[in-house]
Amino acid sequence: MYEGAIQDLIDELGRLPGVGPKSAQRIAFHILSSDTTDVARLAAALRKVKESVRFCVTCYNVAEEEQCRICRDPRRGNEVLCVVEEPKDVVAIERTGEFRGRYHVLGGAINPLEGIGPDSLKIRELLIRLGNGDVRELILATDPNTEGEATATYLALMIKPMGIAVTRLASGLPVGGDLEYADEITLGRAFEGRRAV
Amino acid sequence: MAKTGHNGGVPRIPRQLYRDDGLVLRVQKLGESDRIITVLTRRHGRLRAVARGVRRTNSRFGARLEPFGHIDLQLSGDPKDHGGGLHMVSQVEAVELYGKRFLTDYPRYTAASAVAETAERLTPIEREPSLRMFQLTLGAIRALSAAEHAATLVLDAYLLRGMGIAGWAPALTECAVCGEPGPHRSFSIPAGGSVCVDCRPPGAAHPAPATLELMGALAKGDWKVADSSDPSLQRECSGLVAAHLQWHLERGLRSLPLVDRH
Repeated sequence: MYEGAIQDLIDELGRLPGVGPKSAQRIAFHILSSDTTDVARLAAALRKVKESVRFCVTCYNVAEEEQCRICRDPRRGNEVLCVVEEPKDVVAIERTGEFRGRYHVLGGAINPLEGIGPDSLKIRELLIRLGNGDVRELILATDPNTEGEATATYLALMIKPMGIAVTRLASGLPVGGDLEYADEITLGRAFEGRRAV
Repeated sequence: MAKTGHNGGVPRIPRQLYRDDGLVLRVQKLGESDRIITVLTRRHGRLRAVARGVRRTNSRFGARLEPFGHIDLQLSGDPKDHGGGLHMVSQVEAVELYGKRFLTDYPRYTAASAVAETAERLTPIEREPSLRMFQLTLGAIRALSAAEHAATLVLDAYLLRGMGIAGWAPALTECAVCGEPGPHRSFSIPAGGSVCVDCRPPGAAHPAPATLELMGALAKGDWKVADSSDPSLQRECSGLVAAHLQWHLERGLRSLPLVDRH
């Protein structure tokens, strides 16, 4: 145990996800030995992220204004909406440069074991958003795991009766990989989702 | 005498490889790309293990560690260690991945989640073998995936039999207090099941006699009676079973209120 401010910093860093007591101690001593201006910049960034970042009132992505950058962009189409679990999924899809529609961030996936049901997510807000009639296709881009698939199934059940085309991101073989190393589920999905060339 | 490590005095933790088959009950994210999986195994009871890198798209066995999968796995750690330390998953083969069959059936997914959480709660001590609980849980997940019976009936049958293994089976054919042979009309959760007129405590429920028959049929596995039962009786039965379970567990199951009963 250290005394005073250094122990307080170690305790606070240790509360961050993925940071154990040893890592917290290493980061704390790195900060202690760093230049004062660097530390002040880190402190200002931490304060700013909490003060200025909020959730977009339309899609629930992170934003610095009332609406996020994507919802404010008039060049993006309103006809295709992509549903993702977390704001970091928006960044991953944006990196592809393939999608020019808009997003809706659910804030997680249905996981009964953790007590997360449909009411805990932004599903009601999605249905209200779809009610305005602009959207022609909804892309379900939840994670390809059990919780993500269950969420996609639930959303498809709710949205298909509204007459909106519901699609799911394809699953299959990673680019650059060897077929022999693919597991049976991924390979099976790749067969299901095969396309004509 | 325990061997010591390079730093002297600190005993080296013996790790050995061992193999078992089990049912994945729960997965939790760990760090950047790892997961902690909770598995109910055939020979080593419920255990938690770290699976490194399984959240990466190039993981060779991540897909096999999804919930509700029956897997054959190799672990490293001391199988006799009851201290609760995490073991490591080193290899996984699929026996039957039931989870993929629930992906297009939301009600069965929610029922399977309730089965998995109940299995976790009814095996409170890690690495304490419970073959009956393993077989019952695997049977319930298999029955849910086969979709031969209503998901809520399979769930209620599992809960009744699971409580039987835990020693909390509700009395259905005799008075829970005096043992007077029944059937009896009243049902008291604090008393432990159906109760006779003389033993009936205040506030006891009065379910339809056919509901108690349905509970008996589910506990015995009489699917002919269960499948032909009226939906209103099934709802009453689910309510009594859930209340009885939650009374004994003390802390409610998170997944039970989220079971889709439509």
